[in-house]
Amino acid sequence: MSYLLDFYAKHSRLIDQIGINAILALSLSVSLQAGQLALAQAAFMGIAAYVSAILAVQAHWPLLATMLVAMLASTAVAALLALPVRRLRGVFLAIATIGFGEIVRVFANNLSITGGAEGLSSIPNDATTPVIYASLALVALALVGLSRTKFALAVALVREDEHAARGVGIDVGTVRILSLALGGAIAGLAGALYAHASFFITPTDFGFQRMEQILVWCVVGGVTSPLGAVLGATGLSILPEAIRFLADYREVFNGIILLAVILFAPGGLASFWRRGAVRVNV
Amino acid sequence: MIAQQLLNGLFLGAVYALFAVGYTLVFGVLDILNLAHAAIFTAAAFAAFSLAADGLPLPLAFAGATVLGGIMGILLDRVAFAPLRARNAGTLVPLISSIGVAIIIGAALRGIYGVDERHFTTGGLDTAPAIHLGPVTFTTVELAIFLAAVVLMLVLSWTLRATTLGRRIRAVAEDRVAAALLGVDLERTIAATFFIASGLGGAAGVLTALEYNSVTLDMGGPIELKGLAVIILGGMGSVTGAVIGGFILGAVETLAIAFGLSAWRDAILFGVMFLLLVARPTGLFGKRALREA
Amino acid sequence: MSLVLADVGVRYGGVAALQDVSLIVERGHVLGLIGPNGAGKTTLVNATTGLAPLASGTIALDGIRIDGLPPHRIARSGIARTYQNIRLFAALDVHANLAAGAYARPGRLTADEIATLLERAGISGADPGTRAGSLPYGDQRRLEIARALAAQPVVLMLDEPAAGMNPAETTRLVETIRAIAASGIAVLLIEHDMTLVRAACDSVVVLNFGEVIARGTPAEVARDPVVVEAYLGSGAEALA
Repeated sequence: MSYLLDFYAKHSRLIDQIGINAILALSLSVSLQAGQLALAQAAFMGIAAYVSAILAVQAHWPLLATMLVAMLASTAVAALLALPVRRLRGVFLAIATIGFGEIVRVFANNLSITGGAEGLSSIPNDATTPVIYASLALVALALVGLSRTKFALAVALVREDEHAARGVGIDVGTVRILSLALGGAIAGLAGALYAHASFFITPTDFGFQRMEQILVWCVVGGVTSPLGAVLGATGLSILPEAIRFLADYREVFNGIILLAVILFAPGGLASFWRRGAVRVNV
Repeated sequence: MIAQQLLNGLFLGAVYALFAVGYTLVFGVLDILNLAHAAIFTAAAFAAFSLAADGLPLPLAFAGATVLGGIMGILLDRVAFAPLRARNAGTLVPLISSIGVAIIIGAALRGIYGVDERHFTTGGLDTAPAIHLGPVTFTTVELAIFLAAVVLMLVLSWTLRATTLGRRIRAVAEDRVAAALLGVDLERTIAATFFIASGLGGAAGVLTALEYNSVTLDMGGPIELKGLAVIILGGMGSVTGAVIGGFILGAVETLAIAFGLSAWRDAILFGVMFLLLVARPTGLFGKRALREA
Repeated sequence: MSLVLADVGVRYGGVAALQDVSLIVERGHVLGLIGPNGAGKTTLVNATTGLAPLASGTIALDGIRIDGLPPHRIARSGIARTYQNIRLFAALDVHANLAAGAYARPGRLTADEIATLLERAGISGADPGTRAGSLPYGDQRRLEIARALAAQPVVLMLDEPAAGMNPAETTRLVETIRAIAASGIAVLLIEHDMTLVRAACDSVVVLNFGEVIARGTPAEVARDPVVVEAYLGSGAEALA
């Protein structure tokens, strides 16, 4: 038992990070399952992080309250973003959402309420490990529940063939907006937790590099697999620590391993347990 | 005053266009977004620095680094994209493998050059004479950079329009299966496309490094995303669109700075891109245009 | 009551893809839609399902206008179709494809319903767990029909369902189509295969260059010189 406590003490930061990263990966997975390469998760995360931090630091709100408002904010922004991008597909959607992320970053960099380039600090550190993992469990439960509904079938059909999906009576536009909003909500949760687990946040925490990272987790896990996304986030979060002993060669190995994994298993980790037809809830 | 700003925009836009053309060529031919493009941009800049430091005159260092960029492009394709092509892996997975390669290149550069900013000590970049032409002023270096970019883009345009290779590239971009059936050697054409695309991207890196006389590990960051904005503006797969888009974004950015909105210039740039994308999802010229180069 | 197209016109750019097209598809009947390539047959189906806007005319189902509605609402009002180039959800299994067809209906498909659908479409031997894209070509076309039937449609539009089938499979398809009509569905059949058209259709409408050039029974239409000329050029004998 004391070994476990020691282990936790040594690696608590990493363990917290893994929890938050898993939630982030799930937020993108929701969009990817709908076939939308919407790369604004980092921006949604950032918006929620800032809202949560500002409410906590300036208005001294308790954690739960700041989290809820932050999630509301990120969900609303996601739903609003869904409207102008509703006709965009594939790489166009990707670039539009990346552009949106950049716009958010610039705002965060220039507004005084967000602390500009220096960001915000002295954020109360009350997103403890239990809170983070309880949130992860909640998200996972919610997604599992959702996966049993007809909405989940609609999402899969929109991903597989949007045209044919319309032909069976699915309102593709609404499905896309809902999935983007759901992704925004989950990313918002991660953002609020991130703010309360870090001492300070800056605009660069939520830029394209973060977005790239989340995308890598999801694709390595298996583009349409939420479980894969979580495993991908976990594995790739642990990896830098695991190869710490390589010192200066860490970064290059990071890249090599990423390359090797994706070349060896282009379908991602999920391809190891998926056989035959893609399973959908029917 | 406005003329000077427009000229600045022209110079900036030329390099943006040069960089973006590399993105759009690869996308046009393979439907892939190559996220290692900016890494090669940076690597070529460092290569030029090394070549110049070893005594090579700047124009030769530029040429050498450009060729090196092209070779890196071919290697990039062989390592990261070709294996996935063979396994029909779609367009999202190669994006990830290009990120892997970008990480490796970045790490290698850091290992070789360390984290410090480098400067070109030869070629008199910081003491280049200024030329005054009516309302505008520019240095000989700026002019040389602009001309180099323009010449490269003209050569590209000619290559695509008038050479056999250019026809093959356009054929593969149009319809890979049909091109293969007509006897086009796919792998060699793709390799040639990467040589050109990454060569131009590398050239853009060297020119950017010369423009600011600065070579840093993160110099690829800003332009990586702006390049995406350019190709969206111009239309994916359209070389003409990338060129025009580059100049438009160069102008937008410079004007933003001129109007005192420098801190917001990236937001304005992406805002313009966003609005255009929403109004006209296929960009100014769309994918079809790779045929007409 | 039925599907009524009245003076329908569709334009693509400056070109009239369909002009003054009127036809009625009645419940329990099979209406064949034939014509040379490019005549506008698929355009007509696309216009009916809301994928192409009408420049003129109206489309009504059981008296209610459906033109101008978004595609998914038209689908929900009772119009189902198959596609010229097969648009199954190939990566999903047979069961999921049928569930997709039944999406707009309340509840979920029972095992009995699944078995019935497969039987009506003529693939009762298909394993519901099979990946749709792995089915033999002819079975894929039939699965598309089953998916359309799962919606319990009022109107079923089949876009070249016999493409790629051999004569034996085509004969079987005739029985499938006639049985579907007999169950009370209004069937619109686009086809090039004149054997199928003769055997399966109660009446035929012929399109050329976006206009209706002939109507009647398959036999009448096959003898019509206007039709023959459209297909084969003037001076040719009667259509196969």
